[in-house]
Amino acid sequence: MKEKSSVSVLLNGILKENPVLVLILGTCPTLATTTTVKGAVGMGLAAMCVLICSNVFISLLRKRIPESMRIPCYIVIIAGFVTIVKMIVQAYLPELYETLGVYLDLITVNCIILGRAEMFANKNPVVASALDGIGMGLGFTLALTMMSTIREVFGAGSFFGIEIPFMANYKIEFFTKAPGGLLVYGLLIAFIYAVTHGKAPLKKSFSCEGCPNAANCQGGSCSEKGDEN
Amino acid sequence: MESFKLLIIILLSSVLVDNYVLSRFLGICPFLGVSKKIDQAVGMGVAVTVVMLLATAATWPIQKFVLDTLGLGYLQNIAFILIIATLVQILELVLKKFSPSLYKGLGVYLPLITTNCAVLGVTINNIIDGYSFIESMVSSLGCGLGFLLAMVLFSGIRSRIDDTKVPAPFRGLAVTLIAASFISLAFMGFSGIVESIFA
Repeated sequence: MKEKSSVSVLLNGILKENPVLVLILGTCPTLATTTTVKGAVGMGLAAMCVLICSNVFISLLRKRIPESMRIPCYIVIIAGFVTIVKMIVQAYLPELYETLGVYLDLITVNCIILGRAEMFANKNPVVASALDGIGMGLGFTLALTMMSTIREVFGAGSFFGIEIPFMANYKIEFFTKAPGGLLVYGLLIAFIYAVTHGKAPLKKSFSCEGCPNAANCQGGSCSEKGDEN
Repeated sequence: MESFKLLIIILLSSVLVDNYVLSRFLGICPFLGVSKKIDQAVGMGVAVTVVMLLATAATWPIQKFVLDTLGLGYLQNIAFILIIATLVQILELVLKKFSPSLYKGLGVYLPLITTNCAVLGVTINNIIDGYSFIESMVSSLGCGLGFLLAMVLFSGIRSRIDDTKVPAPFRGLAVTLIAASFISLAFMGFSGIVESIFA
């Protein structure tokens, strides 16, 4: 296998394999925390911290963790870092802690983090894994910021909590509600597909390659999904 | 009577109003992934409901009697995820041994549930909301049934989508998400309804 340059590893997560818009991982926090830009950026950065730490840690231990026990090991490592990040946020950013609520805990089961551990960190050296964590984290944060900008500007007439003069008079509250989130996400994915002329590997998204659980289920319950067109 | 009324309210509101998939966005991955056929949707929904009930039955006492008593509240996250993972493994083994037919139906969905945020979300939310043990169990049942309902409704819609002509960029996930958005819009109609039934 050819060594990838560190720049391409970093950019990979931001553009080519953007976790949210191309790999379609971590959909739950994407939809739930993007009602405001503040919440989305906070979520993105918190997940990025956990992702970098867990990637480095798992990469360091990749020769020690026995193959058959790896998923539980990863989950414990990730849960540990989530607890640390949660305590830091609670201590220094209480406002953000209130906004994110239970979703901060749910970073533990965010498929991006487990997915990267499984797909990248357990096969690559420490530095590359750290860069992958930074790239993926930035890609996640960027996608979240993009979605929350659309939802906050149209739905609440503000950006980062600051009111926009004209938009504030014509709020479309639909966008800040649950259905608005799903709609914006669907439209964004279609937009990315149209812009890249279908080169973004959308096919991969629903098959087992993009799924962190693939190793557990051996294609059992979702083998029929592979034929998704 | 009063407490019974409260239980009914908790049950109905977690099935209809605060539906975990459609308004809180927990468990979106299986919702999108395993809802292509109705039998798969039912299997996954039942498996999630069972695991949610078992997980709440295990995590609630542990939070109250172990973590809270010893002042280890900050270990909640690690403890809960380990309990859920272990439970799922045990359930899989037990089903395999004692009921191979049931295992054939539900077993394949179990490994997917370990890292399902709906299960962890339910157990943590029950603690945050300060529910008693019985209230927690009822709310987990409601969340599971809500998940099942959303999955079944959605699998019906998806089979219709398969037969329609969709513009190329929307094919696959995009149109699925937009369809989910409409169901979610329909579920928003339930808000406020549960409290007014008993008013």
